[in-house]
Amino acid sequence: MLLGPALLLSAVLFTIGVAGVLLRRNAIVLFMCVELMLNAVNLTFVAFSQVLGLGGQVIVFFVMTVAAAEAAVGLAIILAVFRHTRSVDLKNINLLQG
Amino acid sequence: MSAEVVFYLMAGFAVVSALLCITQRNIIASAMWLVSTMFSLAGIYVLLNAQFIAAIQVLVYAGAVMVLFLFVIMLLNVGRGGNDLRGAPVRLVAMLIGGALLAQLFFLGRVTPGGMAVLRGAAAGSGSPMDAFPAGQTALTAPAAQGVVGAIAEPLFRQYLVPFELTSLLLLTAAVGAVVLAKRKL
Repeated sequence: MLLGPALLLSAVLFTIGVAGVLLRRNAIVLFMCVELMLNAVNLTFVAFSQVLGLGGQVIVFFVMTVAAAEAAVGLAIILAVFRHTRSVDLKNINLLQG
Repeated sequence: MSAEVVFYLMAGFAVVSALLCITQRNIIASAMWLVSTMFSLAGIYVLLNAQFIAAIQVLVYAGAVMVLFLFVIMLLNVGRGGNDLRGAPVRLVAMLIGGALLAQLFFLGRVTPGGMAVLRGAAAGSGSPMDAFPAGQTALTAPAAQGVVGAIAEPLFRQYLVPFELTSLLLLTAAVGAVVLAKRKL
């Protein structure tokens, strides 16, 4: 059934995603790390749907929809920011820092 | 090869790909390693009796979403970014936060459905997950009766019909929003 190992793998992948968000400054890589974290959570849902009912797989379906929408809007924002600052590095995006 | 061996092979591949994804300097290489992580996750979904989700994972994630990422990377021509790793103090704090999070998640991983059955006062001796959640068909049993797609279609179009229809509204909003944000002049 592989429930325990799947949860373990999910925890490791989520932590790698968090580490990526904290370590990198590139906005596009940051988005990819968020996708990695969403994937880790999806793995948890799929693992639990083996024993707790198929609702988990339906939720994975919704998570994927939200991830696709988030990627589309987020990349459009990155495009707009790039046009403004000529860079996708987060150190150049500090308008609110005062 | 037994299912366990295949699972651990795929899991190791997923973790190594994810680590390479967050450490590669070249953003395109980073994106390709993320695709490889998603492919190995699709394989793991098949092992976890979620064949439909595995197909969707390859089509939507490894296909559509990552193509969108690569498209933006190449459109902006930022493939060969310089060193964008943060400095040493931030790196140390990131390691600490990551370690704390991993420890927390490992602790949570010990809370299994069997343990939940004990918490809910069900038959403590058996420890079978089915005792805690007797209602509802599971991914282990449902496909035998209804087929892989039919088993997931039933909850999707009965209990979750309204959220499913609202999904179309979300996608429409996202599409309109992306066009509005990315357009030079409205």
